[in-house]
Amino acid sequence: MPENSTLPIESGPAPAEAIKPQSPGQTADAPAFDVSNFSLWYGTRQALHDVTIQISKNRVTAIIGPSGCGKSTFLRALNRMHEVMPGTRMQGSLKLFGEDLYRPGLDAAEVRRRVGMVFQKSNPFPTMSIRENVLVGLKLNGIRDRALLQERLEGSLRMSALWDEVKDHLNRPGVSLSGGQQQRLCIARALAVEPDVLLMDEPCSALDPLATARIEELIQQLRLRYTVVIVTHNMQQAARCSDRTAFFYLGRLIEYADTRVLFTSPANPQTEAYVSGRFG
Amino acid sequence: MSADSYNQARPSISQQARRRWVSRIVTALMGLSALLVMTPLFLVLYFLIREGASALDWHFFTQLPKPTGEVGGGMANAIVGTLVLLGMAAAIGVPIGVMGGVYLAEYGGERTNDVIRFTADVLNGIPSIVWGMVVYAMLVVPFKTFSAYAGGVALGLMMVPMVMRTTEEVMLLVPQSYREAGLALGIARWKIITVIVIRTAMRGIVTGVLIALARVAGETAPLLFTALGNNFWSHNLSEPISALPLQIFSYAISPYDDWHRQAWAGALVLMLLILVTNLVVRMLSRGRPQS
Repeated sequence: MPENSTLPIESGPAPAEAIKPQSPGQTADAPAFDVSNFSLWYGTRQALHDVTIQISKNRVTAIIGPSGCGKSTFLRALNRMHEVMPGTRMQGSLKLFGEDLYRPGLDAAEVRRRVGMVFQKSNPFPTMSIRENVLVGLKLNGIRDRALLQERLEGSLRMSALWDEVKDHLNRPGVSLSGGQQQRLCIARALAVEPDVLLMDEPCSALDPLATARIEELIQQLRLRYTVVIVTHNMQQAARCSDRTAFFYLGRLIEYADTRVLFTSPANPQTEAYVSGRFG
Repeated sequence: MSADSYNQARPSISQQARRRWVSRIVTALMGLSALLVMTPLFLVLYFLIREGASALDWHFFTQLPKPTGEVGGGMANAIVGTLVLLGMAAAIGVPIGVMGGVYLAEYGGERTNDVIRFTADVLNGIPSIVWGMVVYAMLVVPFKTFSAYAGGVALGLMMVPMVMRTTEEVMLLVPQSYREAGLALGIARWKIITVIVIRTAMRGIVTGVLIALARVAGETAPLLFTALGNNFWSHNLSEPISALPLQIFSYAISPYDDWHRQAWAGALVLMLLILVTNLVVRMLSRGRPQS
């Protein structure tokens, strides 16, 4: 129609949408997650109460707290993994770079492609080789391009500091690696799909001190490219490798501050009691 | 025995001796029971070999049954018939059974699963001749002919509940953490199940299928009025087909010594088939553990 050719500007996308990508701003502390008044229930039991928190981009945020405080629940809510359990219910809003992750019609699988996760116990797929383990996320999401797969394979393994150890036997089973290597393989697998965020649920709790040190070193590398949220039982670990720390207790966010501040001069007496080892 | 003998801190010498004897006797009794369990297998093998081995020659595997009164011949058609029937049974029983098991393990709600499991367990307990009658009414009567199809369907239906329950069991053995790892990569659920969970459980599923096949391979009752049996090569699956158990049955009730010997040989072949299957199953399930 003639209108289309004569009035290209009006018939284009709405101005608001055209502007949107620039709006989050490129300041260093731009929030990745913007969570407000977020509550979550398992059946009738409320596991999270009114959590409001902003998690910065390209930072490592640690979540600490005693067992059962809701820290893992909160982490799993960030990529909707809690939905695996039947009977969960949430309220409030949870946005990633401005997009509501719980918006109706948004597939949980889509959310998880952008928000990767590493678990407490390393879980490489037992039937797959190292190579297959790293690439499984890409392949099952329909990527066939060999050059791209090869590039991601090497890139992810380098990023997870495993490349030099495995490059000569990529066809060996993933489960033939040591515990620490398996966990780094799981990190590589999560990175291969190029998520924006990497969630880590006590990634070192099953590892020995040396393997733990390697993973912590790795986390420092990862923050250059990813936003990392790590749940940990180990307060020294939170102090060592995070920029900001959130303390959860009984399903509530008690305090959230720069890690150094939270560990040296916490504002809340409960936080102080916990970080000084008086309970938990 | 008085109560205080229990309360004594240390049993007397005679008590200790008595306990040792009781222990020895009970251990011996249990060992004997275990031996009794194994004897039938060896007895069966012994008689099958004693009676059947002499008739087990090249002709047995390559020739058709000879007409009444003539000596010699073999069961080639029955052996092939059994393989054809097992193939058809697997074509029906494996996909339905495996998919049903996957549903039970991955999708079904608690209530529906209870109903399905109960139904499968009842089906597993149905006498095999009843399956034969059901398929007779379903396929033989309407099409007015005994057929290989009917026999395959009867065996296949028998396999479904067996394969379903074993599939479910081995799928549930796959740790939840693999499913979660897949979900966390943004992989669709059905792909996680087919590519990751089923692949991990594959060895167990194959084992279950082989056990089910071995069980139906020896079934005679469901074939009596479905596949019926014959004495020549079957070229058409909508006509009767022979099977080892059927041939054994008809030879065993015949009045001829030569046929009796062949029936023994047939039983020996069937037995060896099942023995080999079980050995394969053992080899498969002994491989590397699942996690």
